[in-house]
Amino acid sequence: MIVKVLGPGCANCRNLESATRSALADLGLQATVEKVTDYAAIAGYGVMRTPALVIDETVVVSGRVPSVAQVRELLTAAGATGGQ
Amino acid sequence: MRVTLVPRDAPLTGHRFATLAVAAAVVWAAAYWLNGRVWDAVLVDLLHLDPAARWVESVRFFCFDTVKIALLLTAIIFVVTFGRSYLSVERTRALLGGRREGVGNVMAAGLGVVTPFCSCSAVPAFIGFVAAGVPIGVTLSFLIASPLVNEIAIGLLVSMFGVRIALLYVGAGLVIAVVAGWVLGRSGAQRWVEPFVFETRLHGQVIDPSQGLDLRDRVGIAAEEVRSILRRIWPYLLVGIGLGALIHGWAPQEVFTRYAGAGNPFAVLVAVVIGVPLYSNAAGILPLVEVLHDKGLPMGTLLAFMMSVVALSLPELILLRRVLRPPLLAAFVAVVATGIVAVGYLFNAVLG
Repeated sequence: MIVKVLGPGCANCRNLESATRSALADLGLQATVEKVTDYAAIAGYGVMRTPALVIDETVVVSGRVPSVAQVRELLTAAGATGGQ
Repeated sequence: MRVTLVPRDAPLTGHRFATLAVAAAVVWAAAYWLNGRVWDAVLVDLLHLDPAARWVESVRFFCFDTVKIALLLTAIIFVVTFGRSYLSVERTRALLGGRREGVGNVMAAGLGVVTPFCSCSAVPAFIGFVAAGVPIGVTLSFLIASPLVNEIAIGLLVSMFGVRIALLYVGAGLVIAVVAGWVLGRSGAQRWVEPFVFETRLHGQVIDPSQGLDLRDRVGIAAEEVRSILRRIWPYLLVGIGLGALIHGWAPQEVFTRYAGAGNPFAVLVAVVIGVPLYSNAAGILPLVEVLHDKGLPMGTLLAFMMSVVALSLPELILLRRVLRPPLLAAFVAVVATGIVAVGYLFNAVLG
């Protein structure tokens, strides 16, 4: 599973990254967490409000920082369909 | 906050939501009403300070205005963010896609006011709009209107100067955004956009952040926005109110009316030249505007000053530099600043 945090390095992007890391730890999932800070790459995902969370190349959240519980749900849902 | 009044796992039903909203409104109104009375009681009755003394007048102004603006901000940001949670930049872009210039500029300016958007996202939004086929000029109308016609400024103007001034401000801001975007689009702005913007290809499915939220989520988003904005702007707010308190108590009225009053034909120009590099926000600038209005400055000059502070800021221009090359960036600042100056003179002439 590849998880990407999209954002130019604002406070919300760091919040999203830490929420993602704790959600992954809670679930005991092994995943690569990548930070995408390049504007062209961010816009390429169709994201216009940072931060955004991308799981296996699918945007699952954009424009807000979800709670750790919400990230856990998103990761579980993606894992079920993604064959993790 | 009121969110915690509902048990975490219980659904927030419409009925419950209405009850909580009414309760919150009553508490808010009571606090607003008590504000002036409590400070009078504390300063005069309890501490036995002389209410006619200048410094007491300044202290009272500072305490009263800080609480008043904080209360107003909480209500405005909460209500606006809740309403905006039903809208999104994605939906705005879909509405603007394929629009021609002209109609597109007008729509973009209007949508710029209501769409939930922070200028910190100006760059990905610019790329996203252009990559989806929205013309540059229309995109610029959106990016100008969004900070220029500011919801906090609207709310504070209504409470300080009434609905008429607030409407004039909104109308003027929209006209500036439409005209500036149209002019820049017509003058071949695409030559001065960084080439990578046009090479960006959108892939993947766009998700709309306004979808799939229940009432509790929207209340949560609104409460979080109140917290994060207040946390971010309180220093500007205190500096603005502090300056306002000093001017209110100490600065003689003649100084302002002589140098910046209706008699000085350059007052608007000077106000905008001071306002553009100044980095603050509507909440920090309006207490100052209110005091300066009391000191006899004309409304047009003050609105021009406020608009130049909120519409153009160095941090936003540095961000936009990533997608706009210097000539277009300079034209962007020049056109918007000219529009603001024109509005200032027009209002001074119309409002007297």
